[in-house]
Amino acid sequence: MLPITRRLLANAPRRLQAVSLRPNLALTTVARASVTASITRSAFSTFSKASFAATLSKDKAFTADKYPHLQRNQEFKKLADDDLAFFKSILAPSALTQDEGDLEAFNNDWMQKYRGQSKLVLKPSTTEQVSQILKYCNDNKLAVVPQGGNTGLVGGAVPVFDEIIISTANMSSIRSFDNVSGALVCDAGCILEVLDNHLAERGYIMPLDLGAKGSCHIGGNVATNAGGLRLLRYGSLHGTVLGLEVVLPDGTILDNLSTLRKDNTGYDLKQLFIGSEGSLGIITGVSILAPKRSKAINVALLGVSSFEQVQNAFKRSRDELSEILSAFEFWDKASIDLVKQHLVAGANDPLESEHPFYILIETSGSNKDHDDEKLNNYLEGLLTDEVVQDGVVAQDTTQFNNLWAIREGIPEACSKTGAVYKYDLSMPVPVLYDMVEDMRTRLDENGVLGEGKPVKCVVGFGHIGDGNLHLNIMAEKYTDEVTGLIEPFVYEWTAKQHGSVSAEHGLGLMKTGALHYSKSPSMMKLMRNVKDMIDPKGIMNPYKFLP
Amino acid sequence: MSNNLRILVATKRVIDYAVKIRVNAAGTAVETANVKHSMNPFDEIGTEQAIQIKEGLEKAKTGKAEVVVVSCGPAKVQETLRTALAMGADRAIHVESNDELQPLAVAKVLKAIVEKEKPDLVILGKQAIDDDSNQTGQMLAGLLNWPQATFASKVELGEKAMTVTREVDGGVETIKTALPAILTTDLRLNTPRYASLPNIMKAKKKPLAKLTVAELGVDVKPRLEILKVAEPAKRQGGKMVESVDDLVDKLKNEAKVL
Ligand SMILES: Cc1cc2nc3c(=O)[nH]c(=O)nc-3n(C[C@H](O)[C@H](O)[C@H](O)COP(=O)(O)OP(=O)(O)OC[C@H]3O[C@@H](n4cnc5c(N)ncnc54)[C@H](O)[C@@H]3O)c2cc1C
Ligand SMILES: Cc1cc2nc3c(=O)[nH]c(=O)nc-3n(C[C@H](O)[C@H](O)[C@H](O)COP(=O)(O)OP(=O)(O)OC[C@H]3O[C@@H](n4cnc5c(N)ncnc54)[C@H](O)[C@@H]3O)c2cc1C
Repeated sequence: MLPITRRLLANAPRRLQAVSLRPNLALTTVARASVTASITRSAFSTFSKASFAATLSKDKAFTADKYPHLQRNQEFKKLADDDLAFFKSILAPSALTQDEGDLEAFNNDWMQKYRGQSKLVLKPSTTEQVSQILKYCNDNKLAVVPQGGNTGLVGGAVPVFDEIIISTANMSSIRSFDNVSGALVCDAGCILEVLDNHLAERGYIMPLDLGAKGSCHIGGNVATNAGGLRLLRYGSLHGTVLGLEVVLPDGTILDNLSTLRKDNTGYDLKQLFIGSEGSLGIITGVSILAPKRSKAINVALLGVSSFEQVQNAFKRSRDELSEILSAFEFWDKASIDLVKQHLVAGANDPLESEHPFYILIETSGSNKDHDDEKLNNYLEGLLTDEVVQDGVVAQDTTQFNNLWAIREGIPEACSKTGAVYKYDLSMPVPVLYDMVEDMRTRLDENGVLGEGKPVKCVVGFGHIGDGNLHLNIMAEKYTDEVTGLIEPFVYEWTAKQHGSVSAEHGLGLMKTGALHYSKSPSMMKLMRNVKDMIDPKGIMNPYKFLP
Repeated sequence: MSNNLRILVATKRVIDYAVKIRVNAAGTAVETANVKHSMNPFDEIGTEQAIQIKEGLEKAKTGKAEVVVVSCGPAKVQETLRTALAMGADRAIHVESNDELQPLAVAKVLKAIVEKEKPDLVILGKQAIDDDSNQTGQMLAGLLNWPQATFASKVELGEKAMTVTREVDGGVETIKTALPAILTTDLRLNTPRYASLPNIMKAKKKPLAKLTVAELGVDVKPRLEILKVAEPAKRQGGKMVESVDDLVDKLKNEAKVL
């Protein structure tokens, strides 16, 4: 059956090339999940380290030169031959990267915004090796940066100066999966998409999904407490992570790889490492609770006339779709314009005319007839009451993919537009889009927004269901003038709404100085105490996270 | 010039393109229970083409067309028909059968429908992506003794005639045929539209007629017997080697090619 077609596609004459030209069709699982996989595949997974390095310009400024207020802590030792000799004594030769060309991919971040100057990447393959490395670094005051898939968006995974990069790339075994409870135990370096495919084969799904799934590691996800597209349905990693295995700076291995759903014995220490962004230790193993994969999935794309109506549609979805609602995403017209301009995903606009706002709704359930009926009633109601102006419902997986590809293509389309100032903010939903409009007005009033000006456009999109706005501002290049107009304005604005300056991407290097907009002095003091207690020499991911 | 056409489009419900196919334990068929099904992609293209012809005639005010979609199979195929109606087809015919339907059987059923409906054009997919037979359109043309234009990548309608560009090895071929005729669709013919909300709502009220194979008096007994269904051999995953020595060793002792 199908595989035959697929095989024919590969080597048959043109007349038998069945569906091969349709985008995103080569993948295999039922749900949209693998589907995103193919989207990401084109966008990220094929984005090998090597080709990534090749796209970098040799004369791109180093972080250290771009941000002169950052000073190397001279107490940290500089890498020397005796250090290399030690690392070579515990690791296979292929687990050390010193070649300058190869190092580029590890020294530069996904945004092409930060560039470190590390001379060494270590890729241990066992927890024991990580422990030996960290103990040695701690004893010798060598600073380190943990790195997973290097898809982080706040400069957290690349060195600021010459920190040694410890990559989880060689830690990619799936340790166990319990078919009854859904508990998955794996190495920190497993790629999210690989885990999701592994679970799909068994009828389960990873509780998180994000555009970078083809490259990001589960350890990186946990370290950043990544949110993503399924948070609305399955909750945050603080709930789904059952246990962690973490190596502390002094080499201690904290073995807390529990697969228990309930465990009320003592402090829940794993929570401290979820979202710690490499500042406390290296996560080497993850135990996570996977839900059952839904059999019936529907996706609809709606065109809406105002943000007010976006909120109405959301409120009604919680009433009428309730337990089958699995994603509620929105974006503005400026976002889809960029996707149309830069990506194949934008080639065919599913809706006949343009709308100020778009909503993507996904439902997941166990009974297609039940879900279809609920969704149809809901959509009919929206249309009749003029909450939405137009909409389409995907009829097959190809169409699911294509609708999701528009949403997931927005960040990529933004980065193809220019230098991106990226903010991910949490705030009460009613004021969420005011932020975008106020920012546009501010940049416009200061004469920097528009064609031929330093800032090309401002777009807003995000996870309405989670009160999470992605505000992306595309500029010709990163300049002090533009930065000065955006920051601290964006943070002050958010603080006034009692929002968070980082809903999901974390603090990294970019937002260290903005932490105080979201956390009180006493909170920050306790965080500092925790950091000093666990990492007294400060070798873990220095210059970042805490001010 | 005025054209009044009736276009019959055959649509099949198949396992969704993106689903990973599994062979059943007995090795006699693929698993279909609890597996996502959708309209055969080539039939989506066929439905889209019929709607485009209809819209083209209406826009140019040179005629009218009625798009009738038909599907044979169990009750579930009505989902596929509703999808076609939501795309813009005018009415649907469900020929109910719970038996295995091979291409010849479907061609015979369609012939019976053609005799009832007297369409000017019958559009089918060049193949269904489940059994990849690539036969039904040709068999129907044979049974009806009608001209056929297969693997169409472009269709232009004239008065009681059409010009069809078809993809052949090494290029394209353009043919002209009188109507009524059989058309089978290739991938590049068009990009099927999404089912829009207003159309999904309208589709609920569009007529869907039910017939049975017995009522049509067609013999659908299978002529072919499937002996065995098997999965293709699994591809072995790649392995990273540590050094040249390691590579040579693996080539010698594991792959045994040196
Ligand atoms: C296209 C795109 C879409 C994205 N979408 C989302 C989204 O929807 N939601 C969201 O929350 N985020 C999103 N992100 C950002 C997200 O945080 C990262 O993609 C991902 O979670 C980081 O994983 P990684 O393996 O790439 O980590 P890296 O970038 O390698 O590292 C991120 C941070 O974690 C630390 N770290 C990494 N591994 C470990 C470890 N094993 N132990 C300790 N510390 C470690 C690093 O030091 C760094 O501080 C997106 C990114 C991209 C490029
Ligand atoms: C009939 C019955 C059924 C129960 N069923 C369940 C069940 O299904 N699941 C379950 O998990 N538990 C169950 N429990 C036990 C459960 O722990 C308690 O019922 C409840 O959660 C404790 O609340 P409390 O206010 O009575 O706390 P207390 O008994 O007053 O205190 C419990 C502990 O919390 C501390 N504490 C109390 N208040 C504070 C505060 N404000 N700040 C800091 N520390 C504080 C106390 O010092 C003490 O250590 C049950 C108990 C009973 C009697």
